[in-house]
Amino acid sequence: MITLTIDGKQIEVAEGTTVLEASRQLGIDVPTLCHDDRLKPFGACRLCIVEISGMAKPVTSCTTPAANGMVVKTNSEKLYRLRKTTVELLLSDHPNDCMVCTSSGDCALQELAYLYGIRENRFTGAMREHNRVDHNPFITRDQNKCVMCGLCVRVCEEVQGVGAIGYAERGFEAKVIPPFGKDLDCEFCGQCVAVCPTGALTGRLWAGKPRLEGVKFTDTTCTYCGCGCNITLRTHGDQVIRVDSDPKNHNRGWLCVKGRFGYEFINSGDRLTHPLIRREKGGQFEKASWDEALDYVAKKLTDIKAENGPDALAGLCSARCSNEENYLFQKMFRAGLGTNNIDHCARY
Amino acid sequence: MAGLATKFGSGAMTNSVAEIADNEAIFVIGSNTTENHPIIALRMKEAVAKGAQLIVADPRKIPLVKFATLWLRHRPGTDSTLLNAIMHVILDEGLEDKDFIAARTEGYDAFVQSLEPFTVEYGEEITGVPAEDIKKAARIYATAGNAGIYYAMGITQHIMGTYNVCAVGNLAMLTGNVGKRAAGVNPLRGQNNVQGACDMGGLPNVYPGYQKVDVPAIKEKFEKAWGTSLSDKIGLAATEMTGAMLDGTLKGMYIFGENPALSDPNTTHSVKAFSALDFLVVQDIFMTETARLADVVLPGASFAEKDGTFTCSERRVQRIRKAVNSPGSAQSDLNIIDQIYKRVVASGDLTEKPKAAAIFDEAAALWPAMAGINYERLEQQSLQWPCPSTDHPGTEFLFQDTFPREGGKALFTPVPFVSSKELPDKEYPYVLTTGRELFHYHTGTMTRRSSGLNMIAPEAFVEVNPADADVLGVAQGEFLTVSSRRGSIKLKARVSKIVPPNVVFIPFHYSEAAANLLTSDAMDPICKIMEAKVCAVRIEK
Repeated sequence: MITLTIDGKQIEVAEGTTVLEASRQLGIDVPTLCHDDRLKPFGACRLCIVEISGMAKPVTSCTTPAANGMVVKTNSEKLYRLRKTTVELLLSDHPNDCMVCTSSGDCALQELAYLYGIRENRFTGAMREHNRVDHNPFITRDQNKCVMCGLCVRVCEEVQGVGAIGYAERGFEAKVIPPFGKDLDCEFCGQCVAVCPTGALTGRLWAGKPRLEGVKFTDTTCTYCGCGCNITLRTHGDQVIRVDSDPKNHNRGWLCVKGRFGYEFINSGDRLTHPLIRREKGGQFEKASWDEALDYVAKKLTDIKAENGPDALAGLCSARCSNEENYLFQKMFRAGLGTNNIDHCARY
Repeated sequence: MAGLATKFGSGAMTNSVAEIADNEAIFVIGSNTTENHPIIALRMKEAVAKGAQLIVADPRKIPLVKFATLWLRHRPGTDSTLLNAIMHVILDEGLEDKDFIAARTEGYDAFVQSLEPFTVEYGEEITGVPAEDIKKAARIYATAGNAGIYYAMGITQHIMGTYNVCAVGNLAMLTGNVGKRAAGVNPLRGQNNVQGACDMGGLPNVYPGYQKVDVPAIKEKFEKAWGTSLSDKIGLAATEMTGAMLDGTLKGMYIFGENPALSDPNTTHSVKAFSALDFLVVQDIFMTETARLADVVLPGASFAEKDGTFTCSERRVQRIRKAVNSPGSAQSDLNIIDQIYKRVVASGDLTEKPKAAAIFDEAAALWPAMAGINYERLEQQSLQWPCPSTDHPGTEFLFQDTFPREGGKALFTPVPFVSSKELPDKEYPYVLTTGRELFHYHTGTMTRRSSGLNMIAPEAFVEVNPADADVLGVAQGEFLTVSSRRGSIKLKARVSKIVPPNVVFIPFHYSEAAANLLTSDAMDPICKIMEAKVCAVRIEK
């Protein structure tokens, strides 16, 4: 174990812990744009700089391993000034369009500008102008808003193992692009969108949808495969407008293309909205009231049972539906109708 | 699941997903994990990045192969022979875990004897995997400090599916790789709540919690709990129901949240069967292929519109919560079932709505492994069964001390060679194998209603090896007619080295070119699964 002092507080941490992690363990909030606990430290944004006794210049706490006896200061007038300048420099090449940005309210850069009270910018000058190449249906890239934190590149490589995007050019011209600057051709898991600290990467389905005003957040479980990812549904009225996942979940906030972007079926116009009855074989479906449909089903089931015995009935419950529904369904067949003819598609 | 239950006393993932990252060796067989369980695959990639050795056994060059130390491209349907040959090498080289075998297993001698014919040479001949690679796989798996096996429908959807599962279990037992953290036998469940539907008794032979309907003491317990007499006759499996509908024994069916008219192998046969019923009621959120055949269609609720729980692949019970209202007059499925139940038994208050939490409690009280789980706890955190009491933290991995069989030991089961039912011949010279692709899910009822997913994966295709494409004279994107003894579909060719020569692959999501019109309904005699992964087809331009 290693003992160090941060802002006057002593802490013991495991070997290999970074100064940033140690600070966070103490509940000290050090600003960053490029750090994510789930990825390797990168040291790109320079916002997490701290002063360490014995070191001539401030260092990035995310890439500095804690050492025994270290004395760290995470806040000082000098650090404040340096951080503010960094944010100003980032904003000097950032479109000032929070009002129409999908990520407003959900943007680390916006939050920093607010924190440092940056309205005017000392560094106004040339701005990047990237061409938009977005023919894919899921991810909108607004590269003028990119802060080159590298989170998207790293998550794609380190977590997803795909490597669909990389860095190109140097200095002011530096940018993150798919090979040859073409449109994205990847698994569309959207991990990059989830980690992007600004509005540079957003979900195409989110555009024009409410951001926070009137939006309800509901924690639930994904309905697709057996991974059981925890998701948060963002809804506005009865519309599902976005799917997120908290990094603290057992799936660590990672989702796949279906879980993250495959939610349109919920509000599909094709949804069944009324009970339908076909009164004779070969006839057409007719709309029916619930009472009518439920009575009809119950009567048919009981009639068949009375005539042919309970084993002339069978039920298929559902690997798609809830435990409670499945329990009640099999109980109805076993206890209510008297047959064990009950199964589901576990075998498909 | 029947295979694992025989060997271990219970069938589910023995480990948790997070443990995968700590595996030293990972053996993936019959699972295209990256496309079918994308988030579980992330843990596999994490393990590889940390230095784990990954063995992938799959006839197709699935995306996971890119991360593999060793790829075994065995012929479709030869999984158990491959596994047996690997075990033969382990015994030859003395790599078995003698202490584990002595202390925690039974049936070993008969099993060792059964392995005799499965030499590496024989293995190479049957599976097409070079003998050297079989040896390498044996060494990687058997010498790792902990090794996990991960499999899915590629193992089970065969006529010898139960045997395949037994072979997987044998391999883990032989090397002591079960009952430990990050070492075990892990069937990856294909749907959000297959585990839960099984747990809740959605099976013809067991009540909730895998308690057998034909054991008098258990039947009595449930009769007491439900206040009525119950049948001790094991019911029909879904795959057997088709025949029973056609011969008239089954007259009425209630299908809820499933689309067997597209997902069943040999669908022509099953559609004919559903049409033969006197009465079919389907409860779903869309007018599925199955609902079209129904006499009554009841509009249910999507997962976003109801409260309840799902149990995912790693036995983790988790809440789903209502976020939006259902469209039109669609109702919560629990409510619909409850209403029909009350009307069928002609008792109960129709104005009273069922409460998910109370029904969960009722189920939990009947199954000791879930007895410690309730909604109050689930509000704080999800829990993995077994969780026998409310102060129990849930179980990360199974069988640490004992196996839930009589005597507490795991059972070795001899696995003979069984050939796939339908092998290629002159008339039908290609092997067809089926599966899912990343961008769609099962019969596509949901994903094909997502504009983006449909834009990226708009249509059905058949993967054909370039060598076969040459012979057929077909170019990328040209239409091919693929026929089996059961049906014929027309779809575009995707010329790709993902499939080996003489093998073609078709995803089963697309109703307009439904792969399951071709697949065979030959059935595993033990667990009644159908052989969707191997059948013989003919291809014409």
